[in-house]
Amino acid sequence: MGKIATAGNKGKRVRSDCFVSFELTENEGIELRLESKVKTLYGKDIEQLALDVLKFFDIKNCILEIDDSGALPYVQTARIEAAIKLLVETDKNFLFDVFEENKFETRKDQNRFSRLYLPGNTPSLMINAGLHKPNGLILDLEDAVAFDKKHEARFMVRNALRNLNFYGAEKMVRINQVPKGLEDLDFLVPHGVNLILVPKCESADQIKQVNDRIAQIHAELKISRPIWLMPIIESALGVIKSYEIASASDNVVALAIGLEDYTADLGVKRTAAGTESFFARTQVVNAAKAAGIQAIDSVFSDVGDMEGLKQNVITSKSLGFDGMGCIHPRQIKVIHDNFAPDATEIDKAKKIVNAFIIATEQGLGVVSLGTKMIDAPVVKRAQKTINLAISVGLLNPTWREEMLAEQV
Amino acid sequence: MKKYDKLVKNAAGRMVPTEINGEVQVPFMGIGKFIPTGRKFAPRISSCANYPADGNKTIENLKEALIKAGLKDGMTISTHHHFRNGDVIANQIFDIAHELGVKNLRWFPSASFPCHEPLIKYLEDGTINRIEGSMNGILGKFCSQGRMQGVGVLRSHGGRYQAIQDGEVQIDIAVIAAPTADPFGNATGDRGPAACGLLGFALGDSQYADKVIVVTDNLVPFPCIPWQIHGNYVDYVVVVDKVGLPEKIVSGTTEVTKSPDRLLIAEMTAQFCDEAGIVRDGFSYQAGSGGTALSIGIYFSEILKKRGWKARFIRAGSNKYPVQMLEEGLVDYILDGQTFDLEGVRSMRENDGHINTSPFTSYNFHGKGNFASMVDVVILGATEVDVNFNANVVSHSDGYLLHGIGGWQNCLFSKCTILPIPLFRDRIPVVKDEVTTLCAPGELIDVIITERGIAINPLRTDLIEKMKNTTLPIVTIQDLKAEAEKICGVPAKPRFSDEVVAVIKWVDGTVIDAVRKVIE
Repeated sequence: MGKIATAGNKGKRVRSDCFVSFELTENEGIELRLESKVKTLYGKDIEQLALDVLKFFDIKNCILEIDDSGALPYVQTARIEAAIKLLVETDKNFLFDVFEENKFETRKDQNRFSRLYLPGNTPSLMINAGLHKPNGLILDLEDAVAFDKKHEARFMVRNALRNLNFYGAEKMVRINQVPKGLEDLDFLVPHGVNLILVPKCESADQIKQVNDRIAQIHAELKISRPIWLMPIIESALGVIKSYEIASASDNVVALAIGLEDYTADLGVKRTAAGTESFFARTQVVNAAKAAGIQAIDSVFSDVGDMEGLKQNVITSKSLGFDGMGCIHPRQIKVIHDNFAPDATEIDKAKKIVNAFIIATEQGLGVVSLGTKMIDAPVVKRAQKTINLAISVGLLNPTWREEMLAEQV
Repeated sequence: MKKYDKLVKNAAGRMVPTEINGEVQVPFMGIGKFIPTGRKFAPRISSCANYPADGNKTIENLKEALIKAGLKDGMTISTHHHFRNGDVIANQIFDIAHELGVKNLRWFPSASFPCHEPLIKYLEDGTINRIEGSMNGILGKFCSQGRMQGVGVLRSHGGRYQAIQDGEVQIDIAVIAAPTADPFGNATGDRGPAACGLLGFALGDSQYADKVIVVTDNLVPFPCIPWQIHGNYVDYVVVVDKVGLPEKIVSGTTEVTKSPDRLLIAEMTAQFCDEAGIVRDGFSYQAGSGGTALSIGIYFSEILKKRGWKARFIRAGSNKYPVQMLEEGLVDYILDGQTFDLEGVRSMRENDGHINTSPFTSYNFHGKGNFASMVDVVILGATEVDVNFNANVVSHSDGYLLHGIGGWQNCLFSKCTILPIPLFRDRIPVVKDEVTTLCAPGELIDVIITERGIAINPLRTDLIEKMKNTTLPIVTIQDLKAEAEKICGVPAKPRFSDEVVAVIKWVDGTVIDAVRKVIE
């Protein structure tokens, strides 16, 4: 009996996943055993795909058992490949072509109101996640994946980046803590990830290590595409070092705060009022703004309390945060609705920007609205509000023409 | 006797037998095409002189009652399903039949549930020849494997009443489990330890069966008020320790869904109905008991509240959510066909606007009209739909019978029929080239709402026009199928033998499709 390698999940409650068990044998020949909930409809496809993977890795003698609960093809191949690579040394990767829909890049300053965390090893939660229209989808390799599942989760996340439709949500992955997290990058960088979350970040050096590894992979593969970083500040030391981290590199686009670990680090309880983390949150906002990047708040963990979430978002926005994490798709709308500028804010911003444009056209050095003088930073903030309102569909890009037409 | 014979192609293009279990059948001819004439079936004349003048019809036990009712080989025995998975009486009936050595019975339930699994041994030994009613779960599998001696017949709730009224099915003995009854046989479902709300599915059985036995565990002195079932139809009353298991009467599917994906579909459905102008002051709707349907009801009530509107009536399947709307004044009436939870039962007792209805008023083909066609919008489920909007609600894509038809076919006659369904379930596409079993012609299905797109039936040009400027993702049904197959792959077809194991009746009693034995 050889060693048996396994990957994936099975059981009554498991859906859209499969469990594979792989054993190299002495005798020539492949023994394939399939149990599947969808055997009538896809049994032949599943068997053929399994044989294709084995052939690709040049495996001629093995027992491969698949216990399938309706896994999509990219999930099936991730599981088989993960199991094979526990026993077989190889540099090859079994990949499907990247979905056309997933071949997009993102901008440094794009809107990041919401980012939805998904466990990186649970395919059933991934399939429809993008339909809920978060700004970003995070496939989590860190806390949401059990220690003994870290290996297989990387294959799952890699394949999802290529073949799970994100429906336009920014493709994000939270890696493990540096330095262990550096090993995750091989599974992400060549496969279309837009943004990498660096957890428990405490120094600019950690950002540098991540960027060095990304550069190395890019060089090896002769590719180059923007990959943004979002360090997560989750400790007292991280808070103290937050500006150093925020300004560590050009591709750091946002600084996030993680309050569960932070409050644990302080040795205090996380409360709804959040007094204990007030310093940390304002510090992170300050550091981010000083570096010219976005500040992103921690998740709100009571998924049943939408009113509490709303109040949390309102506080968050008033402190200067530009977005927050979420752990359930139902939180997305509340976050979007309350981070987005409201009607009064938009109206005021329109008047200010309009006055600024008129003043510029007339060559006036001073912008005024009614009897009030308007300073340059106020104009800048108003322009930001306008841009945001347009990007979330609350304002027409042709708002100014409409405004002028109304005035006529 | 051959199980079935003489297959022909019906108007829906399906090969169906014109003889089943020795009885001649009419193949489906198209919607509204089969209009029988003549007179309705009538039960035997009964005379009060044959019944005790003191009104006491109680009999010692169910066995004695069945013997007195003349239980013998080949009879048709009917039961109702208001106790859902908490029914204990059907199993007892066939235990007794087995004990008495009676064979070849036709069981004619208004629906069967997993609790009826013990009946498989009687289907195997010939005590029961066949089930004419829904076959769920393990019974469905048994039938699909070709192990039932007769051919199964699946009817809608309205179709069951139609079959009783036009004599297609003649019930020899109806056993009506009742949460409360008096010695005369008056019975009600809205009170008693096993309260289940109403007894509407047993109404036709009480009126047309040759012998009627009421079984209760809560005998009250005459009169039992309300008398949902009239004692004037009843032959015998039997008192038992437990008529049903109250904790299982409440269906498991009557909680609002927490699944974000289903909530998304529910939200899209509510938005669709709003933008199409279906939701308005005085509108009416029917939503099933599933989690998605219930959530749609909640979104409807939010819209009504926001605009200061009120719905005129909800056709239900009632439970706590419509009840809440009734009690908050968001709807005038609940026209209730079956009660899904204890709040529904309570409301039926307490609220004047919570009305007890039956398949006769709501669904029956042989009525002078019925309620179903007057409903503005009905929200239903389906296991499969195809590119011609045909739908399947009884079998799984692997070919096995899975669900009954319920009121599903009858509800399709509403002004707008919407099926909110996921595009695929655990890799099984819901939109296909052709449904495995045809339960409804596509011309009655108006809108299919999935999380990845909404397809409007091209026949509904009015709806297409109304949704011209919507932000909702309107696509074609072919787009939906292509999307499902892109994600899941193209599914293989299940393999069937030629053997017919069950037939699907249309609401008028014609045969719309035949279910064939699955090759495993």
